[in-house]
Amino acid sequence: MIKLKHSVQKGNFFLEVDTKIPGQGITGVFGESGSGKTMLLRCIAGLEPSTSNASKPVHKRRIGYVFQEPQLFAHLSVKQNIEFGRRRNPEATVSMDDVVGLLEIGDLLPRSITDLSGGEAQRVSIARVLCQSPRLILMDEPLSALDERRRNDVLPYLDRLHAESLVPIIYVSHNIDEICRLSDHLLVLDSGKVIAEGGLQDTLSRTDLPQLRGRNAGAVVEATQSRYDDEFDLTLFGFSGGELWAPGRYDSSSVRLRISASDISLSRVPAESSTILNILAATIEATTSESAATELVRLRLGNDILLARITRRSLQQLGLQVGDKVFAQIKSVTVRR
Amino acid sequence: MMDFGPLWLSAQLAFVTTVILILLGAPIAWWLSQTRSRWQPVVQAIVAMPIVLPPTVLGFYLLVVLGPHGTIGGWWVRVTGDALTFSFAGLVIASCIYSLPFAVQPMQNAFESLPRKNIEAAWTLGASKLDAFLSVAVPLSTRGFVSAIVLSFAHTLGEFGVVLMVGGNIPGETRVVSIAIYDHVETLNYAAAHRLSLVLMLFAFVTLFGMFLINRRWQAR
Repeated sequence: MIKLKHSVQKGNFFLEVDTKIPGQGITGVFGESGSGKTMLLRCIAGLEPSTSNASKPVHKRRIGYVFQEPQLFAHLSVKQNIEFGRRRNPEATVSMDDVVGLLEIGDLLPRSITDLSGGEAQRVSIARVLCQSPRLILMDEPLSALDERRRNDVLPYLDRLHAESLVPIIYVSHNIDEICRLSDHLLVLDSGKVIAEGGLQDTLSRTDLPQLRGRNAGAVVEATQSRYDDEFDLTLFGFSGGELWAPGRYDSSSVRLRISASDISLSRVPAESSTILNILAATIEATTSESAATELVRLRLGNDILLARITRRSLQQLGLQVGDKVFAQIKSVTVRR
Repeated sequence: MMDFGPLWLSAQLAFVTTVILILLGAPIAWWLSQTRSRWQPVVQAIVAMPIVLPPTVLGFYLLVVLGPHGTIGGWWVRVTGDALTFSFAGLVIASCIYSLPFAVQPMQNAFESLPRKNIEAAWTLGASKLDAFLSVAVPLSTRGFVSAIVLSFAHTLGEFGVVLMVGGNIPGETRVVSIAIYDHVETLNYAAAHRLSLVLMLFAFVTLFGMFLINRRWQAR
């Protein structure tokens, strides 16, 4: 476990965090802009003075920091940038060749920083941090300065990093898709306070947090690939609550499926001759009013939880109650990894 | 017949002053660019004062302080047995103060334009504050250093009033080129004054032209 205890005041903003996160995997920190996400990372790194971190200077902490912009040193080559942290840590154990291979930056090594694309530069900055052999890596929205295409130059490498799980990572983002894709554990931050924390799936299935409503509402399930249908280019995935079809073909056998609350509708009887491929039996576990018009419904399917958004009128018309058996019609599934 | 003595002395003085000013001015410039202390504007103003003060005012105070009965001058006499005024060492001290802003300000501007997060990145990568300054901030501020070197050298070469006040006119010791020109004019030796003045004119143009040329090259990149 990694203990996070920081309190700091800046103007009229207070950050007050006292919690523990797992010592492995990726902990996502989610919150709107101004919720104190970056401030928390800066406190952990020692870049911002807080009540509990005054003792140790920044350079002795061995905490890697990946900034929004790559912050590479323009007077050094790619290779010299990567060696910068490594040369300053006599106990560096990570093999530079491994890191270069992991991030596929071998061809970039002799290049000058000015010749790199945004995505390449961010990969180099991640490699630089990995090579310093940090005890913990902090990532502050490392994709937010990149456009959609460049983002896809970096995301697969973050997936790899996640799969390898070399070092614990704290990943800050206001993008729920990145959080769902990359993190195992989740902290939700609001006005400088942790308002929710826990495993990714458990936290995402909560309906009481304003931050996880609207377009952010949705669940994640871990699933395994059962077969590929090459006639229609669809893949069947199995999870504790049944089986789901998703378009496309996937390499890895175990995947993470993200199902947005707005992509699930409910019916009392299974729809016949519907265009929706995925219709699963579920039990209503709870309903929470989301807005004047809409309700979020927590559905149990096996050991997993899914969220569905329905109108309050539908809830009344169908007389849906906790404990009822319903059919969840799932319109779209996003596959990760 | 060219009078090389004063030219050579001026060059020596400018060289020594520039070396001292870069070594001393860089930490001051770094502090001024990074600190959030409320003393920053005070120090900034003190550093900039030689730009606006008449050289005679500066020279007068230096004469008082560096003289055999002054605080620094008296100490110098006890330690070395020589007076600071009317000596090369005294000229170096006077020149350092006189040209300080011309060394500090270009370096400070360069440091201020560095992204703060770039320096923070160096810290998180294990570089101490001094290490980050030497291995990231300084090499990324070469332009500022070139400007600081050129300006302090040229400005020291051109000083007159301060030297006149603290240095006098001792050949080989304090008779720098600007004093020599003044002397030649006083004795109506215009030919000699012309020769030395022309050298200074050419030097000023060539160095400044060179500096702006380098700056333009860097900007174009």
